[in-house]
Amino acid sequence: MSIIDQAIEWLGEPNRWSWTDPAGVPYRTVEHLQFSLVALAISAVLTIPPALWLAHYRRAQFLATSAVNIGRAIPSFGLVILFWFLASRLEVDTTFWPLMLALVALALPPLFTNTYAGVLQLEQETVDAARGTGYREWQIMLRLELPLASPVILAGARVAFLQLVATVAIGAIVNDGGGLGRYIVDGFALGDPGHGEILAGGIAVVILALVCEGVFALVTRWVTPRGLTLQSRAGTRA
Amino acid sequence: MFPVPTQGGRPLFEWRWVDRHLDEIFERLGEHITLTAAALAIGLVVSIGVSVISLRRRWFYVFALSVAGSLYVIPSLGAFAVLVPFTGLTSFTTAVIPLATYTLLILIRNIVTGVEQVPKEVREAAIGMGFTRSRLLWQVELPLALPVVIAGLRVAAVTTIGLVTVTSMLGKGGLGYFIRNGIQTATPNPTSIIVGVGLSVVLAVVVDLLLWLGGRALAPWSRKAAR
Repeated sequence: MSIIDQAIEWLGEPNRWSWTDPAGVPYRTVEHLQFSLVALAISAVLTIPPALWLAHYRRAQFLATSAVNIGRAIPSFGLVILFWFLASRLEVDTTFWPLMLALVALALPPLFTNTYAGVLQLEQETVDAARGTGYREWQIMLRLELPLASPVILAGARVAFLQLVATVAIGAIVNDGGGLGRYIVDGFALGDPGHGEILAGGIAVVILALVCEGVFALVTRWVTPRGLTLQSRAGTRA
Repeated sequence: MFPVPTQGGRPLFEWRWVDRHLDEIFERLGEHITLTAAALAIGLVVSIGVSVISLRRRWFYVFALSVAGSLYVIPSLGAFAVLVPFTGLTSFTTAVIPLATYTLLILIRNIVTGVEQVPKEVREAAIGMGFTRSRLLWQVELPLALPVVIAGLRVAAVTTIGLVTVTSMLGKGGLGYFIRNGIQTATPNPTSIIVGVGLSVVLAVVVDLLLWLGGRALAPWSRKAAR
């Protein structure tokens, strides 16, 4: 039987299309998205406000530029296992928080750096104009810098989210969940008879990531302030 | 350090373990470097080829970037999984193909951007001196693009070094082998995890530094431009 046939047969197994059974692809897809989205939300809350503030007052520039480099050097795989180990040593729950903390840690650098860079690139004249109109500093941050920097922040969020989707799958190695990565890890453990499951799981993860990327692009277009899109259409902005 | 209780588990770090596994550590470090170097070399060769065509045909550049962008989006574990049934679970090929693929986006973009930012005067002067199109590219444009290309190569190298650890799920993984092994023994072995993660980070920092120094040596005029 060919590998493709094995994968198709695997997809036809009972409960494979269940939303409530852990064997179900829809169930694992939802689980995968839940982990990724919750981690993204937590990271955004943790990074965007301080980054806005620091960038507004031009503080901690070095941190902003090096955060992404440091983040890149730390292997996500190592972080997932390290947090799992700490949780098991501390005898706390190992099913949710270790993976979630590893995910949040991975999403912090791109969000922080991009928020900071997004504010930093704004023209000083714009900020001064707002100040002259009577905006307070916090109003400048929230009503001017945040929306104007939003395309750059969203670009950071996109990078972070893709990394999260990839890392949730890796999380299957230590976690009962692990979203769609579950099938891949289980299949690896089976060896040759697991090839159908590995292939189906792999394709499912790839499709999920590509769909997420597409949705993110749409959301970015939808959220970006209209003024910025008009400008870029006119070609005044690179 | 964390106030972690040590009862019922191994101490957080045992130098004894490191000492006893020194040979294995060097062997896995070598594997890590080999996988990274292979992925970067393949990525660079493909990227240069794609960039040369992209510089002549704009539509091809747009096309190449969107393909490389989509490939970049693919989660590493997913990419390995799709390849395993065809190229085998523990083969070098299965590990290297995705790793090389992830370098394409940044390398193609930086090579093309680097060449495009070469001043027009320089190009015209070279053409005036009788340079052919390919000599212009190889002897003028690419060398002048070097700082930007190196900047891309640094990002690609650091990313790849981190991703190599994931290939431990394929029975490879270089230093990732120690990370994975740390939780596969009956009692988790924190020393093994720390050695794996720590050395992987150190390797990334060292390679980044070496590429930066290499870039400075090869393009001394770019001191202020290098990022």
